[in-house]
Amino acid sequence: MKLFEYEAKAILTKYGIPTPKGGLVTKASQTREIATKLRSPFAIKAQVLVAGRGKAGGILFADSVPDAEKAARKLFNMRIKGMLVRNVWIEEKIRIKKELYFGVTIDRVNQSYVAIASAVGGLEIEEIAAEAPEKVIKLLINPQHGFHSFHARQLARKIGYSGSQLSVLGKNFERLYSVGMDYDAELIEMNPIVEACDGKFVAADARIIIDDNALFRHQQYQKRLLEGESELTQQELSAIRNNLAYVKLDGNIGVIGNGAGLVMATLDTIQYYDGRPANFLDVGGGATSKKIAVALKIVLSDPNVKALFINILGGITRCDEVALGILEAKEKVGVVKPMVIRLVGTNEEEGKRILTEARIHVLESMEEAARKVVEISK
Amino acid sequence: MGILVDKNTHVIVQGITGTQGSFHTKLMLEYGTKIVAGVTPGKGGTQIHSIPVYDTVEAALEKHAANASIIFVPAPFAADAALEALESRIRIIVTITEHIPIRDAVNVMKFAEQVNATVIGPNTPGIVTPGECKLGIMPAHIFKPGSVGIVSRSGTLTYEIAASLTRSGLGQSTCLGLGGDPITGLDFVEILRMFEKDRQTKAVVLIGEIGGNLEELTAKYIIEQSYPKPVVAFIAGRSAPPGKRMGHAGAIIMGKAGTAESKIEALRSAGVKVAEKPCDVARLVARLLNA
Repeated sequence: MKLFEYEAKAILTKYGIPTPKGGLVTKASQTREIATKLRSPFAIKAQVLVAGRGKAGGILFADSVPDAEKAARKLFNMRIKGMLVRNVWIEEKIRIKKELYFGVTIDRVNQSYVAIASAVGGLEIEEIAAEAPEKVIKLLINPQHGFHSFHARQLARKIGYSGSQLSVLGKNFERLYSVGMDYDAELIEMNPIVEACDGKFVAADARIIIDDNALFRHQQYQKRLLEGESELTQQELSAIRNNLAYVKLDGNIGVIGNGAGLVMATLDTIQYYDGRPANFLDVGGGATSKKIAVALKIVLSDPNVKALFINILGGITRCDEVALGILEAKEKVGVVKPMVIRLVGTNEEEGKRILTEARIHVLESMEEAARKVVEISK
Repeated sequence: MGILVDKNTHVIVQGITGTQGSFHTKLMLEYGTKIVAGVTPGKGGTQIHSIPVYDTVEAALEKHAANASIIFVPAPFAADAALEALESRIRIIVTITEHIPIRDAVNVMKFAEQVNATVIGPNTPGIVTPGECKLGIMPAHIFKPGSVGIVSRSGTLTYEIAASLTRSGLGQSTCLGLGGDPITGLDFVEILRMFEKDRQTKAVVLIGEIGGNLEELTAKYIIEQSYPKPVVAFIAGRSAPPGKRMGHAGAIIMGKAGTAESKIEALRSAGVKVAEKPCDVARLVARLLNA
């Protein structure tokens, strides 16, 4: 789960990391009140969860309170990469001497956390790594020992600092690592952390992505996510609430299957036969008839869907449960679109009987079913 | 024969009294897996399918000898269960539980590395050496003993391909899933190394997917080691758009990294036969084994 910049900055501040003084504006009319408490010039930033916000025009600058109000109004009327701007953050603009990068994320191959520092901040870290790999300093963190002061100092030295600046910068790295661990971040970064003209360090932007699997330890954010104060579509929200993995795509064949790998392979096979999948939807293991019905409802709410492909390979999922779910959904949702169903595995015979009696044809081979659904969708 | 588990594997089931734990204990027993004890804190002294249940792994091992554990414990407590088994000198741990927090999983993997233990998963269907031992939740009837080793990043897609191999008369030596969580215990290279040493295994099927660079590292390993056994691969996610996570934590294309094309190209340049569709895998394996 991604946190908004203003949420991330509030956490950093709590841990003693300097951030620019600022305030959150939820309605353009509040801008004056908040801006007058700050010192100009201002940075006015749209609070959206998309990457490349700056390039998309989501960050503006103003020298006076009236200009700040204009900028805020402009942002509130904008969509950034399709996302509505619901909140705007106004802060004091820093006089920048140098932009640096520091973050902590996961290294899957080494099954470990890795700290990353660079003297070239401001860009996406992937871009920095591509343009100047030697300027990206990485340090694997042993989970049993953690990230120590000396590690932080080593990194500060390697990106060009010494003396008291090295100690201060290192302290901020250490604090960020603590935030990362306490909040179960799969990614936490200050990009950039800025060396201001007065030599002090300030986290000018901050990003935190909480590990979804650890959200149960962070109820406050889990609650915000499920209550819809996020940038998820209705379908995505409904999928999350029902423990389904749903991704919208731009084709016209709705797809439901069990298991991420199988569903991906199903999309690939549809494409192999020149069809275009409308979505990815994995009902997971052991899906009940109710879950299948919810899945159908989500997929069918996409008006582009012309035909449906349900591909179930029963292991812990039982084919008879799936069959009942399909019938339930057909009745409740009123499925009028053609369905191609491939159903094999646990309780296959019973599943087939249920569907055949309801005059729904069931196929055995994934390829045959894919060919057929592509034909219908054309 | 086969790798990691065989007829000499003696198992404890952690989380044996839960719905999934109890259900799959029954199926594993029916398959012939030697389950010696179960563990559920607070349920010690009871029995499930005639298997004695203990409160702790330590208590179970005072009465029984075991060299493997399978974990069905809910995600918030699964890392604790894995560490408990590792401390009790269990050296093969299959973690069926999905969605274990990254911070917990990192600790488990570090400890496993130090004590030289093998963790399969988390979020894995498990491992089966057909005819000898099934330590997992996969449907038993789709496997039969034979000479093809299967290693996969997925669950049901593995069943799809294993079933089609079996239908084509190609049995399996061992079949296992690495797991779909962000941090997992094993990678393809470690399994290829084991399959190389296993005399029963004559060919390897590798089922990969988009995201990360495990497949690319495997291709590099195959070239560097002149890997002696034929390898057939299928990579899921050719049609996946960048930036969208396809269910599994790792299945996401970031920038240019992790695409199916990159993986397929790397594997092909290492001499691996890459199937276009899941059903093509069996044909490719048959051709290589008969060559």
